[in-house]
Formats: sequence, C-alpha cells, structure tokens
Amino acid sequence: MAGSGTAHLRDPESTLLRAEHLVVEFPVGNTGLKVHAVSDVSLDILPGETLGLVGESGSGKSTTGRALMQMPSPGSGSVTLDGQEITGLKSNDLRELRPQMQMIFQDPISSLNPRRRVGEIVGEPLRIWKRGSAAEQDALVDATLEAVGIDPSAAKGRRPHEFSGGQCQRICVARALMLDPKILICDEPVSALDVSVQAQILNLLQDMKERYGLTMLFIAHDLAVVKNVSDRVAVMYLGKLCEVGSPDDIYARPAHPYTRALIDSIPSADSETNTHEGVRLTGEIPSPVAPPSGCRFRTRCPSAQELCSQVEPVMREVSPNQFVACHFPLHDENSGTAVGSPA
Amino acid sequence: MTATEADTNLSVGQRATLLEVVDLSTTFRTERGMVHAVDGVTFTLDRGRTLGIVGESGSGKTVLSRSIMGLLSGKNVIRTGSVKYEGTEIIGYSAKQMSNVWGAEMSMVFQDPMTSLNPVMKIGKQITESLRRHLGVDKDEADKTAIALLKSVGIPAPEQRLGEYPHQLSGGMRQRVTISIALACGPKILFADEPTTALDVTVQAQILDLLDEQQRERHMAMILVTHDLGVVRTRADEIIVMYGGKVVEQAPTSTLFASMKMPYTEALLRSIPRLDMPSHTRLDAIPGRPPNLISPPAGCNFAARCRYVQPRCLEERPPLVAAADPGHFYRCFFPVGTPEGDAALQANISAGTAVAAPATRSSTTSEES
Repeated sequence: MAGSGTAHLRDPESTLLRAEHLVVEFPVGNTGLKVHAVSDVSLDILPGETLGLVGESGSGKSTTGRALMQMPSPGSGSVTLDGQEITGLKSNDLRELRPQMQMIFQDPISSLNPRRRVGEIVGEPLRIWKRGSAAEQDALVDATLEAVGIDPSAAKGRRPHEFSGGQCQRICVARALMLDPKILICDEPVSALDVSVQAQILNLLQDMKERYGLTMLFIAHDLAVVKNVSDRVAVMYLGKLCEVGSPDDIYARPAHPYTRALIDSIPSADSETNTHEGVRLTGEIPSPVAPPSGCRFRTRCPSAQELCSQVEPVMREVSPNQFVACHFPLHDENSGTAVGSPA
Repeated sequence: MTATEADTNLSVGQRATLLEVVDLSTTFRTERGMVHAVDGVTFTLDRGRTLGIVGESGSGKTVLSRSIMGLLSGKNVIRTGSVKYEGTEIIGYSAKQMSNVWGAEMSMVFQDPMTSLNPVMKIGKQITESLRRHLGVDKDEADKTAIALLKSVGIPAPEQRLGEYPHQLSGGMRQRVTISIALACGPKILFADEPTTALDVTVQAQILDLLDEQQRERHMAMILVTHDLGVVRTRADEIIVMYGGKVVEQAPTSTLFASMKMPYTEALLRSIPRLDMPSHTRLDAIPGRPPNLISPPAGCNFAARCRYVQPRCLEERPPLVAAADPGHFYRCFFPVGTPEGDAALQANISAGTAVAAPATRSSTTSEES
C-alpha cells in the first residue's frame, strides 16, 4: 500500500480544496539525505465535507495538513482552493488568502498566548484584518465565545491558564472561526484531552460545522475519533495514502492490509476478546529517510509478495467509492480474480 | 523488603495476597490548601493477577500507584492508612529500606519512555544497575542477563543495544527497554502507569501483549493505570474506577461491564467514540470537569456532572457500598440499573435537567455543551 495515484479524486469543479501530487522533503543536516515526509499525496475535500486523515506518528499526516496551509509550501505538487492555485503565491497574496484557512492544534494551552486575555486573543484576527468597528468586533467575539460554550462576560478578562484544557480548546475553536474561514484544519485537536472532555469537543466541532457550514480536514491517530467526525477517511502510512473511502465502508470492510491491522490493534471497551485476534503488526514504521522500495508498507505487511518490492501500487477503486493502493487488497469487486491472497 | 519478615507473616494461605492496601489516603500540602489526591482507597492484590485503575487526569490514579510504592517523599506529602506487602507494613519505611523493595519486589513502568530513561547513560548500564545492586552479580553476568532481558522483550540485536543511548531507539523500543529494566530483578508486582499512552496504536498492542506474556511467565501481579477503559477491559482481572481521589466503583472486570452501578463509569463508557457506531453519532459527553480537590463538594464528587443527580447527592457523601455480586462496590445513592436510579433519571429527564446538571462548581465559565 502506500502508493500514489489520483483515481480517488473527484471532479475539480466540485471540490473546495484539491491537492495533487504533494511532495514534502526535509534535508537531514548536510548529509545529502532527505526525510521523505510526504511523497506524492493527492486529496480533495468537497464544500461542507469533513475529511479525516488518519495514521501513526511519522506517517506525514501533520506535514500534509501544513503543506495544504502553505506553512511551509510543499516541495512540489499543486494545491487549489476554490479553483485558485495557491502554491507559489507571493507572500502578500498568500497573506490575503490566510483568513480563509484556519487551523486548530493539538495542545490547546500552548497555542494560546499565556500573557494575553481571552478577549484579546479571540478578537485579534478581527483587529488585524480591520473587520468592523470596535463595537461590532466586540459583539462578534461575544457571540462566537457563546457559540463555543464559553461565557464571554466571565472569560474575556481572564488569561488562558485560568481555563482547563477543554475550555482552552473551545477558545481556540472560537479564534479560528472569527474570520469565517472556508476550511478549518484540525491537527489532533482532541488527543491532549481527557476522554470525557474529548466528547465535548467532538460534539462542539460537529455543531460548529453545521452552524457555520465549515469544511474540515481532521487529522488524528485515533480511528474511532476519526470515524465519528468524518464524511470521508484517508489512511496514511509513511508519507503515502493507503486507502480512501467513506468511514462506514472503510471500517466495516477495510481493503488495505494496513487499515485492517490498525483497526485490529484497537483495544475495545465493548468486547473482551478482540485485541487478541486478527492481524497484529510486528515491528515499527521504517525510517522515512530511506523508505522501502515499491509499496512502503511491504516490510510489515502480512500479504507482501515479490511484486510489492518492485512496483509501487497505484490508487484504484475496489468497490464504489472505496479506493485502495495495494496489489493484493483484502477485497476487490473490480477484479474477478484472487482477492486477498495472490495467485 | 526483608524476606524473613515477609515469610513469617505469610500466613495468608492459598489466596496468596501479595499487596493489601487499607484506607490509604495521600494529601499534598500546597500554598492554596490541602489537596486530597487519594482518599481512603482499599484493595487487595493476589499473586499473578492484574488490577486496572481507571480515571481521568486528576482522578488520583497516578498518585495512588506512586503512593503505594512510596515514591512521593517530602514533608508536604501526608500518607495515612496501611500498605502491606506480603503481610509487612511498608508505610513508614525509610527511603533506605524502600530501596530494597524498589526494583527487587515492586517496580514501575512509566508513561513517557523518553523521560524515564537517563539520556546520557548507555542502555546496558541502565539495565544492569539494579541487577548489580540487588542481586550482587558481576559485570559479565549482569551483561548476559541484560542481553537475555532485551531479547525477551523483543529487541533485535540486543548485544549491540547495550552500548547505545536512549535517543538512538524509537518510542516503542524505548518502552521495551524500560520494561526490561522494570523486570530485571524479577519483581512480584509491576506497576504500569499509562505504559502505552505515548505510543502509536499498533505499538500499543505490541507492548500490552508483551506485558501480558511477561506477567504470565513470571507469575507476577500487575497494576495497570490508564484512562482507557478499552485497555483494562481486555487486560485486567479487576478494575477500580477512581474519581476525585476516591474509588467510585470496584469490581471484577466481567461484573463491571455486565452490571455497572456507578453513573460515572457509565458516563465514561458512553463518552468514548466506538468503531461500531456509525459516523457522526452524537457522543454523550460528560458535562463540566472533575472537582476541585482542595475544597471538594459537600456531597458526591460527581454530582455536578451526573445525569442521575438528586438533591440528596449534593448534601450527603455516598459511602462505598457492596453490590449483589461478590467483590463489587460502588459509591452512589441512585445506582445505574436499579429502580432508584431509573426513577432519578426519569425525574431529571422530565424536569429537563438530565443533561445540564446544576452548576455547583466554583468555575465561573460555562463548560459543557
């Protein structure tokens, strides 16, 4: 798995954000080596859709999110927002575009300036972009804080340390919504939070999505969380996409051996036995400095064959709206032959 | 601990109780007041069994495990109650006496494998340190044991790893090293404090399997501290659910999941997104956040966030009471799945207060949605 291709992309006319053949590489000191963080990833998001991007640490999911935001711009590939190509924009033009793309980070407390008050933090985007009069700005800050479940009269004069992690994440959501963005990129927004608070924030994001008509890219390592919030899920491994499809399809009938293994590794509070069965991955994710040839997952894949080390699999449709980059997918309606096990 | 003392007191018989904790409380003296981090915890742990301790951050689960091991020192830590290890009281042991217990009798695997290893000491040295201290073996012998240990925890090329530093290993490998250090002297109890929280899900499964396997081989007791009910469900024999420093429910694992009584346990389970739920399922979030442990509420600690809350819960502290099943205890006046509980929930639903619990907390901002 872990291959290239664009078969899973939809009509460019209909998409809000479209990235094709993204590549991000970082040099390793002056050794001449490179970290292949994102290698030929293509994805698209329809207006109002939530795309969940899931993978282990080191799979390149955060780097992909940042490449879409052009911080930093990808090494190669194209990103279009609403039909406009945004890679290669000059810094001033890019700055003009920034209000349309906002981001929420993993650690809510460290992403708020500890020395400033909540009212200033949330209102700052409006002041920078000179949106409305002071009174209008103030009213919008109040309304947005209210919408995310923070009492504005009590909160505006306080500083971030006076709030819990969950409340700080609500404040971050409010700040991201101030400029009415077209797309919100959430990078592990709940993984630093307690399970009870996590559910509050997931529900909040769902509410905000309905209320403000948001389009979201939701990056997380927790499959159950991603399934809960997403309309479409993309699974990443070592800088490549493995599988793309609707959450219900992917989780019920994963086609990629890696997706299967990820699902099988989750200990479940609902069943007593499932962690001791199924596919268990051995070893760890290989170094992105020297990724395996062919399919990048082959070193850990239970169904790997000779072919996998020579030819990189390309994204193709195995059942309606389920795409997989694998030579030997677990199921494949589009080829009548040997499925799961190579002939 | 001294083996002779332990032997004379080992009259417990077949059940082989290894650890007996009675009414253990741990209080921190801080500038803002006394923090009651652990409040009257009682349990016993038998040889070879696994106890899961579950709770949110701030519930006191980590302090409890450190308090049992005597890792909290200083004049601002007040420990009361009793901790008997193999029949011998170990509260009141000096640090010097405890150092014979640490490693050799009880040991701990911490959450973050990077910060629990010494970054400037070679891995071999870190493993053999306790071997040489407790077992008095010479360097060659200790190195051999270390290689065997690394092999048993699934580290490839162990001979080579002995000379490496922690930063040369991945997170999962480092956690395997900390496990091998914890296992080095053959402890009878292993405390694992969120051993997989910092790890990826595929690696988490490997580490939990490894702990399972080592526990079976060594017939070792384990205390698994985690916030993840999924982890304890598949690994623990018995579960303690903590909230605000107190045990709120305690039961054998199958009993707990078959007939949970405490509204908090139920709420915790309901708030977790599950893979078998269709996407976009609305989650039952627990409103608000855990109580302030400096001035805990007058009534039940969980009352402010509870769907079943009644006026009585705000005034009176519920005691830990026994349920019908053996070994099952809970702390609630209106337990889940009983006529009283159902009536309380119904009353709250019809009054429209079932979700938005009364705001009795000190916090001034609205929490919860």
